[in-house]
Amino acid sequence: MKNVIALIAGMFFGGGLIISGMTNTAKVQGWLDVFGAWDPTLAFVMGGAMIPMALAWAYSRGRTPLTGGSFPARPDPKLGRNLVVGSIMFGMGWGLAGLCPGPAIASLGFGGASLWIFIAAMLVGMLAAPKVRNAMDRVVPAE
Amino acid sequence: MQIDWIYGLIGGLLIGTGGAIYLLGNGRIMGASGIIGGLVDGSGRSTAMERIIFLAGVFITPLIVLQFMDRSETNITNNIVQLVIAGLLVGVGTRIANGCTSGHGVCGMSRLSIRGFVATVFYILAGGLTMAILRHVLGWI
Repeated sequence: MKNVIALIAGMFFGGGLIISGMTNTAKVQGWLDVFGAWDPTLAFVMGGAMIPMALAWAYSRGRTPLTGGSFPARPDPKLGRNLVVGSIMFGMGWGLAGLCPGPAIASLGFGGASLWIFIAAMLVGMLAAPKVRNAMDRVVPAE
Repeated sequence: MQIDWIYGLIGGLLIGTGGAIYLLGNGRIMGASGIIGGLVDGSGRSTAMERIIFLAGVFITPLIVLQFMDRSETNITNNIVQLVIAGLLVGVGTRIANGCTSGHGVCGMSRLSIRGFVATVFYILAGGLTMAILRHVLGWI
């Protein structure tokens, strides 16, 4: 059952990403390009996505997931260096190629070799992340 | 391009519906970098099948949509150096920050998580600054 739900959720996610135009890197870079031909589409995508999600969070209160277990607890609100530095690094890569992890997977089937190169580098980056975090700890302890 | 925002909104609603199904069904946050990252570093071994099937859905559905809609344009660069640097930054950054556009952005901000808002502000600022410097100062992209 969990697998069926994961497939349906993934299909909605992938379908939404391509219909919204987020697999087109020019639209993502256009959103970030405030000094050029600014493209507001991403704001509508983000805003649209937050509506069902906010309803789902509201509905989840006092309930349990369909397949059992419990809903994810609110994270520790502590902000910290990792959140900020990591987000800055992610944002730089996002701007550089116009891709974040979701749309990269969604366009992997039709985007050609460039997508595979990006994904391969992203996976290496994910594997290296703990080492980078440790290296940062030696310079400036997290908190 | 007048109707792009309508497609954006419809696509966004679909993305959010996917997140809502994943949350209410499996009790999990639909964050792309977390779902992929857990497979890469082994931290998500106990839920590996669920993650792989989710990603298969993300991969396959666009190929179906392409049969009905002209959406094959990616405008992705062919510059290998640019792709590798971008990929490394996205991979390292999302794992250190513990989330990306879907996890921190869509799922985090919709539950009014401070961390989600802070992450989103920083990655949009960093992306905007990167675009401003590379496109308008250096003229590279």
